[in-house]
This record gives sequence, structure tokens and C-alpha cells, in this order.
Amino acid sequence: MAIIKTENLTYVYGEGTPFRKVAVDSVNLEIEEGEFVGVIGHTGSGKSTLIQHLNGLLKPTDGKVFIDGEQLWEDKKRLRDIRFKVGLVFQYPEYQLFEETVYKDIAFGPKNMGLSEDEIDRRIRETARMVGIREELFDKSPFELSGGQKRRVAIAGVMAMEPKVLILDEPASGLDPKGRDKILGQIREYHKEKKNTVLLVSHSMEDVAKHAGRILVMNKSKLYMYDTPVNVFAKADELSNMGLSVPQITRVFKRLSAMGVNVGEEVYTVYFAKDLTMKLLSNK
Amino acid sequence: MLKDITIGQFFPGNSVVHRLDSRVKIIITIAFIVMLFLPNSFYGLGIGMVFVLGAFLLSRIPFKMMLKSLKPLIPILLFTGILNLFFISTGDVLFEWKLIKITTGGATTAAFMIIRIIGLIIGSSLLTYTTSPIALTDAIERLLSPLKKIKLPVHELAMMMTIALRFIPTLIEETDKIMSAQKARGADLETGSLIQRAKALVPILIPLFVSSFRRAEDLALAMECRCYHGGEGRTRLKQLKTAPRDYIALFVTAGFIALTVLADKML
Repeated sequence: MAIIKTENLTYVYGEGTPFRKVAVDSVNLEIEEGEFVGVIGHTGSGKSTLIQHLNGLLKPTDGKVFIDGEQLWEDKKRLRDIRFKVGLVFQYPEYQLFEETVYKDIAFGPKNMGLSEDEIDRRIRETARMVGIREELFDKSPFELSGGQKRRVAIAGVMAMEPKVLILDEPASGLDPKGRDKILGQIREYHKEKKNTVLLVSHSMEDVAKHAGRILVMNKSKLYMYDTPVNVFAKADELSNMGLSVPQITRVFKRLSAMGVNVGEEVYTVYFAKDLTMKLLSNK
Repeated sequence: MLKDITIGQFFPGNSVVHRLDSRVKIIITIAFIVMLFLPNSFYGLGIGMVFVLGAFLLSRIPFKMMLKSLKPLIPILLFTGILNLFFISTGDVLFEWKLIKITTGGATTAAFMIIRIIGLIIGSSLLTYTTSPIALTDAIERLLSPLKKIKLPVHELAMMMTIALRFIPTLIEETDKIMSAQKARGADLETGSLIQRAKALVPILIPLFVSSFRRAEDLALAMECRCYHGGEGRTRLKQLKTAPRDYIALFVTAGFIALTVLADKML
């Protein structure tokens, strides 16, 4: 059974005012448990609105959302439990930090779940390790940390709820390349270790190609594609028409194969490209 | 919940009311308030209401918006009405039961006050619906400029107002975002006792304050980078200009005030 399922999901902003806008337009979607999904789309394509429906922060104007087989909004009292099941990390999550210490801030979510002290402590230590926050930092104020550290504390705050689905909205935006790789790498480690479903919203095709097992493309409020990276990047022309690009390395290899070099068309990460090139070279 | 806040909400349009000079609109609004407080009879008040409803029709703002601006003030309206109804005891007695006594005097005053407040709300929300915040503060600056002579920092006041108005939607959006983020972490804002609910606001207020200070600092820096140094010698992109329609509007308003006074005296 699909862990996330939407039926005809539609959301309209500002109904009845001159600012009316359809943000999500009849989206039908099924995401299987354990999947690592990259969500891409242009600014304003509706991806952020879509993900806010998956934990019941927004109520669909029309259509249904099912999480783990349970329909959202059928019983409003269940929403809070759904939110523990579907952890959502917003863009710039460091702006939500508020507690006196890092430890307490990570504990906020688990505490709201009503877990025991021991369990909370275990989860804090585990998630802090996963996102690379050293235990010496636990007693510091979150406002004293560096930008990248704040971001990782905020992500740990959601991970510590151990949600079945973890959704991250541009977790790497505004970070330097090193911080970027570090955070994305840690998210992938988390996925490997926990075998949970992860949705990663990103602008960067490179990031998505590197980590995701499936890619969901949003365009003009509609679900354009939900497929494997190979199949998505095969439609390079269509993607560039909607202002998205395929990874640079894919473009290089497409051009090579157009020139008659037998490299196939399924190259979308640099590592894969390296291995492929080495193989081709050693065959000669 | 936050979407219902209508303070300073501008409803773009191209009606006559929208196109009036913003200074003239402020003057007319003040004149209209005078119009509401001058009369002592329902006739005079009626003329004032005809004036504001006419202006509302001319502005082509949906009727729904008017109701929306009235909605949050319903408790105040009820409160005023009930107080006046029960505590004024002049005129004939209409109804009496133990300590409660309703008189004709009380009933008319209650109705009078309610109509007056409704008129006030419609009039002032019409001003903010049809005038962009920038035009509004510009007009206030110009109207208050004579006070510069007595060393009142008019430009600074207007600038502060502009900034405050400009940041209302931003802060609402920010609050919404922080609320969503904390809700996603299981914060419970809707249930519990009063104290529990007040405590539940901490995770929202602290990030909000932190980001407001950050924003203020960024804005100050950005203004300095663009060489902002107060109002001295500052020119405007959009100059306020009066057109014939502004004089007509002022004339009509004056006419209505005269009518109100006359109706009050004659009838």
C-alpha cells in the first residue's frame, strides 16, 4: 500500500479576491513506503503547497489526501498524530528555533508526542549524531551556533519525532557547497539507516539526481511526471522548456552519444560518469 | 485565521473613488466623520449613511468586503447597543421586568450609536480599500507638512508609518510560516486552558521577534546603502496631483454636510 496517496488534490489561494490563484491543480499521486523522492519544479510551480497538504497543514480546496491509508481531514483530532507520522522541515528551518538550549529545542517535537524522558534522550542523541551535532553543543543556545549548525539542529528537531515520512523543503538552500553536500549526505544516511520515506524538495537537478530514487516534477501547479531519474532525464527537452535543466553531466553524455560515442543515455551523476568513462577507456 | 485581518488592506481597482487624490480622500473621510457626529436626529444620520453607501457603490468594491470589515467589530457593536439599551432611561417605558427597564430613549440611542459606528467602520475601511498604503502615508505627510514649522518630524513619522504598513503583510506571512513549522513539530495551539495556550505562543513569539530584529537591521542597512538621510530634498516617483474630479468630490461632500445640518435643524 502506498504511504502517500492523493486523489484529485486541488488547492486555490485567495478564493473570491482579485489575487485568486490555483496553486495545486488536480494532482493524483502515489508514493510507496521507503522511497527517496526528489521533488523538483520551478519557483511557484506548487511544490511547497503540495507538500504542506501531506501533513494536514493546508486543507485541500478539493480532492483527498491519504497517509498510510488514512484520509486526512476526516477527523480533525487525528491531524496532530498525522503530523508526527509525516515530519515536515520547512525552508530555512533555523528560523523556527526558540528554546534556551540546543538539547531542549530538539526535544520540542518528541515532547509534544508525549514520549518518556529516556526515549526523548535516546532520540536526541541519535538524531544529533546523524546530523553531525556534537554533544558539547547540547547546552549552548541555538542562537550562538553557525548558520549550518542551526540548520542541522532544526532538521534534527523534526527527525527526532521519527516520522514515517520525512519531507524537506530545500534543506540546502543558502548554504555553501560544503555545507550543502554535508546536509544532503546526512539525509541520505538517515534514509539508509531508517528505511523511511523521504521527500526532498530542491531546485537543483544535480542534488536530486545524486540522491533520489524517483523524481516528481511539478509544472504550473500540475504534476508533470513521477518517474525514475532515467525516465525523467530522458525528457531533457521538455524539462528545459519548463525552465528546468537536466544535470550538466547528463547533457555532456547526451551530446557524446549524439556524436556517435557509445555511452548510453542513462548518465546523471558524476560518479557514474566516471566509472563509465574508466570502463570505456580500459576497453580500448 | 490570520488571513482575516483587513487592516490597511488595499483592494486594487480603477473606479472614481480609487482615482481620487489620496489627500482629498483623507479630508473627505474626516469630513464624513464630522457628518456622523453632527446630527442628533435620524434624518441627519441617514444622509451621512446615504453618502458613505453611495461612495461604496461608486468604488465597486464587492459588498462582501464591507461585511468582512464589519465582522470583527460585531462584539463591540453588541456591547454598545446593549449598554445604551439598558442604562439610558429617558422617554416612555417600553418594557419593564424586575431591574431591567427599556425606554424609548434607550432604544433610539442604542440604534443611533450602532448606526454611527457602522458608518465609521464603512467609511474608514473604504479609505484603506481604495487607497494604497504608500499613497496614504504620502498624503498624510503632505497634509501634516505645515506642522514642520513647529519642529514636528513629519517626514520621519510618515516614513515610520510607511514601514510599519509595509511590514504588516510580511509579518503576517512570517507568523503563518512559523506557526506551520511549529505545528509540524506537534505544537498544539488550539486546545488547552488559557495558561497552556499562552505558553504555546512562546515557540511562535520568540522566532518572530528574532526575525523582526533581523529584518529591521537589514532594512536600516539597505536604506543607508541607498543613501537615505531623511526627508531633506527628497523627491517622489509619484507626485500627488489634484484633478477636477477632486474638486467635485470636495464640493459634493460640502453639500452633504450642509444637508446634514439642515435636515437636523428643519426636521
